[in-house]
Formats: sequence, structure tokens, C-alpha cells
Amino acid sequence: MLNLTAVDWLIMLLYFVFVLGIGFALKRYMKTSKDFFQAGRALPAWICGLAFISANLGAQEVIGMGASGAKYGLETAHFYGIGAIPAMVFVGIFMMPFYYGSKARSVPEFLRMRFDEKTRALNACSFAVMTVFSSGISMYAMARLIQALHVFDGLFHALGWAPEGIFTFSIVLSAIIVLAYIFLGGLTSAIYNEVLQFFLIIAGFLPLVLLGLRNIGGWAGLKASVPVAYMHEWKGVAHASTNPMGIEIIGIGMGLGFVLGSGYWCTDFLVIQTAMASKNMESARRVPLIAAVPKIFFPFLVILPGLLAIGLPTPHTTTTTTYAANGAIIHNTVVVSPQVEQGRGLVPAKINPVTGKPMLTASGQPLLDYDMATPNMLLHFFPTGILGLGLTALLASFMSGMAGNVTAFNTVFTYDLYQSYIHKGGSDKHYMAVGRWATVGGILLSIATAYAAINFNNIMDTLQLVFSFVNAPLFATFLLGMFWKRATGHGAFAGLITGTAAAMLHHGLTLPIEARAGIHGGWLAVVHHYPSDMAQNFWGAIFAFSANFIVTVVVSLATKARPESELVGLVHSLTPKPERAHLVWWKRPEALAVAVLLMAVALNIFFY
Amino acid sequence: MNLDLRIPMGLMFTLVGLILTIFGIATNGSPIYDASLGINANLWWGLVLFVFGLTMFLMGRRSEKRLAALPPEPEEPGEVRRGH
Repeated sequence: MLNLTAVDWLIMLLYFVFVLGIGFALKRYMKTSKDFFQAGRALPAWICGLAFISANLGAQEVIGMGASGAKYGLETAHFYGIGAIPAMVFVGIFMMPFYYGSKARSVPEFLRMRFDEKTRALNACSFAVMTVFSSGISMYAMARLIQALHVFDGLFHALGWAPEGIFTFSIVLSAIIVLAYIFLGGLTSAIYNEVLQFFLIIAGFLPLVLLGLRNIGGWAGLKASVPVAYMHEWKGVAHASTNPMGIEIIGIGMGLGFVLGSGYWCTDFLVIQTAMASKNMESARRVPLIAAVPKIFFPFLVILPGLLAIGLPTPHTTTTTTYAANGAIIHNTVVVSPQVEQGRGLVPAKINPVTGKPMLTASGQPLLDYDMATPNMLLHFFPTGILGLGLTALLASFMSGMAGNVTAFNTVFTYDLYQSYIHKGGSDKHYMAVGRWATVGGILLSIATAYAAINFNNIMDTLQLVFSFVNAPLFATFLLGMFWKRATGHGAFAGLITGTAAAMLHHGLTLPIEARAGIHGGWLAVVHHYPSDMAQNFWGAIFAFSANFIVTVVVSLATKARPESELVGLVHSLTPKPERAHLVWWKRPEALAVAVLLMAVALNIFFY
Repeated sequence: MNLDLRIPMGLMFTLVGLILTIFGIATNGSPIYDASLGINANLWWGLVLFVFGLTMFLMGRRSEKRLAALPPEPEEPGEVRRGH
């Protein structure tokens, strides 16, 4: 199985030393709560930009996009071309002036400025709970992957420890490291480590893609070894039955592009916090745009490994017979486990732990363990040495995903919950201490979530589902808040509640084909079947968004509007245009935005 | 800014590159490279990372020196006031 040598451990150790070293080096700069929670609002745009995408480049992204690439093919790139890039351009050009310009310290605080206290409280509470659970899920996923890859097996064997402890060891180790560097350096530490992780992911995955492509015979070879539909992003998208994801153009465009993508990239404090840490308004607006440039090329890095894994030949048990010089006959048998043999390419089949036989889908095909696509590519192509680098990149992505969640949590907890409702008017030092201890609390809660995930099989799916209920309608609130001066606090609050209710109702009434009623939907009654859970997801988001939008508008019109003088700097029509005449035209955010969009279109044409 | 990230980051990649390169030279021609299609992935990728790390490190050092040479900036970053 996995053979790690001293070089691999050395590289991993080096990374941990630098991560902690950066934390210690930053400690002396943490003088005020602004330094701790907002990185002093003094970071250069390129650092915040790379952290902006890295915050999202956690486990779910690196492993999930590879898995999705193996399952759906290049159609996965829609998450980038439609989901992320336009939303990033939008938040940079149109929304950042309000986030940054309002001097809000967090996204919920912006909601209080624009709407009212109850809207903020609702958003702060749901956000705080979700970030803690997300980081717990990240932790759980990491510990499971470490188990599956047998990373620490050798170490545990050498030390004579029981292998059952690997799960706990992985969780405790990552928790201590993340805790240490955030406790010391706050948001700056988290952002610096996200940038470090960004380069590590490239360093670990680029050689993987290059080796994989070389093995399969280049782009043409890849095309020849996977089904035609896998290599097209747009072809077949006009109708649900002719593309692997089973979603037609309206579902993708509206659901992913307008609601889910924008909802995430434009409103999630996890990513917005990095832009709000930059040194001035122009930088803050440039942050998401800078982030969009590498984001355009990320499909090559994270989706291709999955696609290559499916395209490569499946290993089989083979016996080669060789005749040695002295006339002896040598049989050399390479035994491959049924798990691998029943899989497709390098993607193994899922094995039923009770019977030891591969699990089958309803149509009799073996069920594939897509999450192993990218990790198996690493093991397949990397010799010891660079393998250590690849694993370090994976670990780094898990840990920085956790760290982003934890810093978002400590900020929202301290400013939006503690300072607003528990202890007003404390000293700056007091709030900084609270932030540090909120970090500890957040990590402890994450650990509890990770352990809960072992005992309750469905907890991960359930949590993802709850997140989608809460997140889906959010974008409508921000859109109306920033671009319609008539929107009121009562309207926003009612809209958010209705949107979440609509998402739940939609989920309760629909079911993807080949799923049983329950966690996958249809727990009220099944009135509609979707071709895939992805389609159900997208349409649910569309319903939630629309419900929120309509209710916010209706309730706003029925309630008293806030005087316009209070909304200056918060609403588009009442805010003076950001000053930028002193910038050369190509340095303006707008020019960068156009360039990014053109590149994104070119990418979509390339993957057609 | 307080600490230029390029310095520790450059240093880390320089060291990782160095380790991989030396390991790659030491294991050149070894059967461990069957996995990477006969390419000495450690040697070549180690060199790439070494060059990248060193470039980062030197860029960070240069801008730090330049900043140190400048007269101290007035406080209040982020609030660029323009006289008009």
C-alpha cells in the first residue's frame, strides 16, 4: 500500500513548521482587535485575492471537484464558468463598494446597517452555526481520508500504537495546528496560510495532471478514453437527458449561476472576509477579480485529475512469466483487490463492509467511490518524495478550509453576537481576548461535530442540506438591500424566513430518480422527480431565491421605508461612485473585470 | 505591511525544492520512478519549486529593503486622502 519514507515526512514536517512559524511571527503585530479580526485592513490585494479563492479551496473543493469530474466529466466546469467567475466579478464591481465602504466588520454587521437588528441576529446565528459545522465536516473528511490512504499507519506501527487511534490523532493534530496559528495571528495568519496553501495545491497537483495527461496520451488520448459527453461542457446541455448531470440550461444558468454561485461568492463571510481585509477600496474591489484569474484555470487542476482517473485503464490481477538466465521460470503475480478491479479506471468500487462484495446501483452497475479519484491519482503517479508534497497539499487544503471557517466564526461571534447582545461597551483588549477564546470554542465544537459524524451516518448529508436551506435565499436579500432603496428590515427578515421555508418545502415535495424518500427529499409527498440530486439542488435554490425576492418586495412596500439620508453608502443609487479618476484606465477594476469575463468566455468555448 | 509573506513562503518552497532535487539526484534511475512513467519527478519538479521559491524570497527581500529605505509612512493605512 502506501509507502512513505523519510523524505515525505520531512516535507510534511517542514510545512507544519512554517505554518506555525508564520503564526508566531505575526503574533507581535496583533495589537488591537482590528489587527486580529480584520488583519488591520492593511493587506495587499494579491494576497487577499489568492486567499479569496483558497478559502473555498478546502477539502470539499479539491476532493469533490475531482469526484465530480470523474462522475460528470467536464460539465463540472460549470461550477467555475457559470457559478464562480461571474459572481466574483459582480461582487468586486458592484457589491464591494458597500461591504468595504460601509466599514462593516462582518457581513451580518452590514445587514444591521442596511436593515435592522433582527435581520442581523438571524444571519449571525445561522452563519455562526454553519461555519462551526462546516469546519467539523472538513475535519471529519480529512481524518477519513487519512485513514483511507493509510498515511499514519506506518508511523503508528513504528510507535506501537493501536491503529484505531489514527482518526483521533488526525483530528487532534489538525485542530492543534489550526488553533495555534489563528490564536496567534488571527485573520492575517489564516489569510497567509491560505496563500501558502494555494501555491502548495498548484505545486502538488500540476505535476499530477501533467503525468496523467502524458500517460493517457495527451488531450487526444483523454478524449478517446472517456465517453463523448464527458468532454463537453455545453454540448447536450439543452436537454436534461443528453448530459451527464441531467440538468437543462435553465436549471444550470439560473440555479448555479444566479442563485447558488452568487449566493456563495457574494454573501458568504468566509470568502468576503479576505476582501474586507485589504488595504483600501480599490484593492478591496480588485480582490475578487484577482481571485477570478487563477479560478479560471482551476478546472485543469482539480477537475482533470478525476476525469483522468476514469479514463485510465483499470488495473487487473496479472501474472507475468519470465525466464531467468539460469533457466528458472519466474511467475510474477500482481494481485489487485476486487475493490479496484470492479471499479472504473483508478476509481475504486464501493465495497459493502458486511458482505465484502461491491455495492451495486439499481441498474446493476458497481457503485463507484468517486471521492477516491483524486487521492488514487496521487498514489498511482507519485513516487516517494513528491508524494509527500502531494499529501501535504491535500492536508493544507483541509486545514486552511477549517481555518477560514474558524476566523469567520470568531469574528461573527465576537462582533455580532457577543459585543451586540452579551457584553456591550467592553475594552478593545477584552474583545480581542474573547475572539481568541471564541477560536478555541469554535474548534472544540468542530471536533464535536467531527465525532458526531462518525456515530450518525447521515449527519454530513443532513448538514449540507440544512446549509442549502439557509444559503439559497440569501442572495436575494443582499441584491435587494444594495440596489433597491425601498427594501426594509421587516421585508428582509420576512423574506429570509420565507426563502428558507420554500427551500424546505421544495425538498420535501421532490425526489431525485433512484433515491428513496427521506434524506434525499420527498419526506412530505413526492410530486415531482428530478433526473439527479444536482438538478433538485439547483431548482430548490431557484425556488428559495424567488420566494425570498417576492416576499421581501411585498413586505417592504407594505412597511415604512427608512429615510434616504440613513442609507447613504449602503444603497447603490444613494452612494457616490467610487473615486477612480486618478487610476490609469487599465488599472481600474472595471478593465480587469472585462478581461476576466473574456477569459471565462474563451474557456467555455474551449470546453464546448 | 508588517510581515512580507513572500519571505517565509519563498523560503519554504526553496527548501522543499532543494530536498526534492537532492533526493531526486540520489535516487536517479531507481525503480520508484516506474510510477511516474520513468520520469524523475522529484528532480525536475524539485528544480521548478526551487527556482519559484528563490524568486519569491528575493522579491520579498527586495521590497522589504525598499520599504526600509523609505521615510516612515504616516499612519492610517487604507484611508488614502487625496487633496481635492
